[in-house]
Amino acid sequence: MDDRSIDIDHNDQKIMAFLTLQDPSINTCIGCGSCTATCSAGHFVDFNIRKVHTFLRRGETHLLKQEIQKCMFCGKCQLVCPRGVNLRNLIISIYNAIERLA
Amino acid sequence: MINFNLFVLPFSLGLIYLLVAVARRWYRWIKALPPVDKVKLTSGLRNPKKILAILNEIFMEALVHRRMWKKNPLLGYMHMTFALGWFLLIVIGNLESRIYSGTHLNAPYYPIFLKFFIHDQLVIFFEIYTVPGFFRFIMDFLLLFILSGLVLAIIKRKYSKWFGIKRATEHHLTDRIALICLWMIFPLRLLAESYTAGYYGSGGSFMTQPLGSLLIKITPLPGNYISYFFWWGYSISLGLFFIMLPYSRYMHIPSELLLIIFRRCNVQPQKWFSSFSDVELHSCSRCGICIDTCQLNAAGITNSQAIYFIRGMRDQYVREEIVSNCMLCGRCQEICPVNIKIDSLRLIKRREFSTSHTSGFSYLESGSPLQSEVVYFAGCMSHLTPSIPRAMTKILSRAGIPFVFLDKDRSVCCGRPLMLDGKNKQANELVEFNKLLIRQTRAKLLVTSCPICYRVFREEYNLPIHIQHHSQFLLDLVKSGKIPLQSSFKRVAYHDPCDLGRGCEVYDPPRELLGKIADIVPVEQEKNNALCCGGSMGILSSSQQQRDIITKEALNILLKDKPDILATACPLCKKTFAKQSTVKVMDLAELINAAIPDSAAGCKQPYEAA
Repeated sequence: MDDRSIDIDHNDQKIMAFLTLQDPSINTCIGCGSCTATCSAGHFVDFNIRKVHTFLRRGETHLLKQEIQKCMFCGKCQLVCPRGVNLRNLIISIYNAIERLA
Repeated sequence: MINFNLFVLPFSLGLIYLLVAVARRWYRWIKALPPVDKVKLTSGLRNPKKILAILNEIFMEALVHRRMWKKNPLLGYMHMTFALGWFLLIVIGNLESRIYSGTHLNAPYYPIFLKFFIHDQLVIFFEIYTVPGFFRFIMDFLLLFILSGLVLAIIKRKYSKWFGIKRATEHHLTDRIALICLWMIFPLRLLAESYTAGYYGSGGSFMTQPLGSLLIKITPLPGNYISYFFWWGYSISLGLFFIMLPYSRYMHIPSELLLIIFRRCNVQPQKWFSSFSDVELHSCSRCGICIDTCQLNAAGITNSQAIYFIRGMRDQYVREEIVSNCMLCGRCQEICPVNIKIDSLRLIKRREFSTSHTSGFSYLESGSPLQSEVVYFAGCMSHLTPSIPRAMTKILSRAGIPFVFLDKDRSVCCGRPLMLDGKNKQANELVEFNKLLIRQTRAKLLVTSCPICYRVFREEYNLPIHIQHHSQFLLDLVKSGKIPLQSSFKRVAYHDPCDLGRGCEVYDPPRELLGKIADIVPVEQEKNNALCCGGSMGILSSSQQQRDIITKEALNILLKDKPDILATACPLCKKTFAKQSTVKVMDLAELINAAIPDSAAGCKQPYEAA
């Protein structure tokens, strides 16, 4: 088991801050899990958008990078989102943020 | 008489500069072509038929502006006066000067300033037998023709609505200066010629002669001084315009000629930024017709339209936001008078901007799908509208066609969404995976319900089998009598999905199919002018609220004639419209399934395997 304890002093909030600027819709997420339920990649592998969200908030960039690479970008999650979260843009923004900030 | 005066210098220097600048650009563009295209170009230019086609297209599009006429007659006329009028003024002016001087070796400025050098009533040999003053009349008429266009151009600045343009282009400073130079040329020519004709009492025709006489009478200064002043002005405005041309939007004039030649010689655009793309960029005249056609305006996005994107690309400075803020619906490239493939250019740029990362698709394991001649691929989006694949499987079973439902339980994305963001490397992994899967089925026909998948199957998969969208497939089934239909006489409006219509030019099969079971209500904007539903995969940064506005606007037009049902052929359009539509939104497959009479059902077991 990984050590899941979070070092608050080293909690990297840069990416989350960047995303909030890029697409504030991320803040409207209520964590209902519709995205995860419909995910195309999720039918093949353990891939969970809510987990992505958690990694984001915790600033766990390394895990975040590994996780989003599984996304096929089909956009089903965005269509089922009851809160209108711009998920495809967020995934792309995470890629950009990791490239530019991490 | 010595046919030279100092004032011809600004024009002459400007012309030399322009010719050198354009020749250098042309040379660079042609030199940068891939070897295959160079061969195509040289062989194409040896073919007399092709040359005729090129000349015809140059005449119809670059001079007459046929596509502009189609958009709005006033706009077409305005552009025609400048292009065709100026062209004829040059050609006939040259002819006139050669006949007057009796030699073929004139200086290039000589025809332009002919009236300065010759102002007597010489009746030349040609004119004795025809009409005296024939050339002078023609030249006056052409000048008037251009001036009428200039008046329209000035009116257009204020009342662009009369010209079919609601939102006019926001031009840069260089374009504004070049525009002023262009506008100055013809009034200055008129004044120069009139003053000269008035001063000498001859040399003009129906317009310049009486105007000249009048001007001489009302001006206190001697006519020859004033005319000399205007001849200088005329020459300077021409020279300045020529020098500005390569750096302003007027570069579209020489570029479009080369673009027409390239296209007619089958020089193809590449997947990366090539010489062809650069010629396309420079061929944009920034007319702004693409602005009004863009649905993003309604959502308050007004800085990323095709014209601004192309301008940014040409200036080699384009913000990522402008490249990505586009639904790639293709409406602008349908209406573009120069026919620039704007979406391909955007995708090229998106590929450049796209960050590189390794994909993590190692989890995809190749399975062993069942074999069948017909393979059905619903696509991710169809899984969000399960009524569509359900209808398709029912229809296929009733028609007695054995098939394999390739992505029944779980689907691998076709790859187009990744491509739309320029991530082709990652998309190709999905493409290869799906290709292998399709090959394993030994299918001869691949049917899909999703136009996004359909387009990418056709354009990127290079499959050696027949590919159909379900609208084409169902039409074949109905035509071959495999499924009986009962007409419902319901009034149905059909919405053309972007990727199926403009993307793959499938306009008629869905209509023909629909016509067999319902009354089709005509829609104001349809076929290649159809609206995007707003759910596009092409745009990323727009918010859900902005998309909803676009959807609402599209619905307002689609439902104007109050149809009973809104039909579409795309699961994404259906899903997007269904959220806001006041009438039922149905896919073609659902409509066909509902139109099959019950007595025809049930006797056959479903063949669908897996």
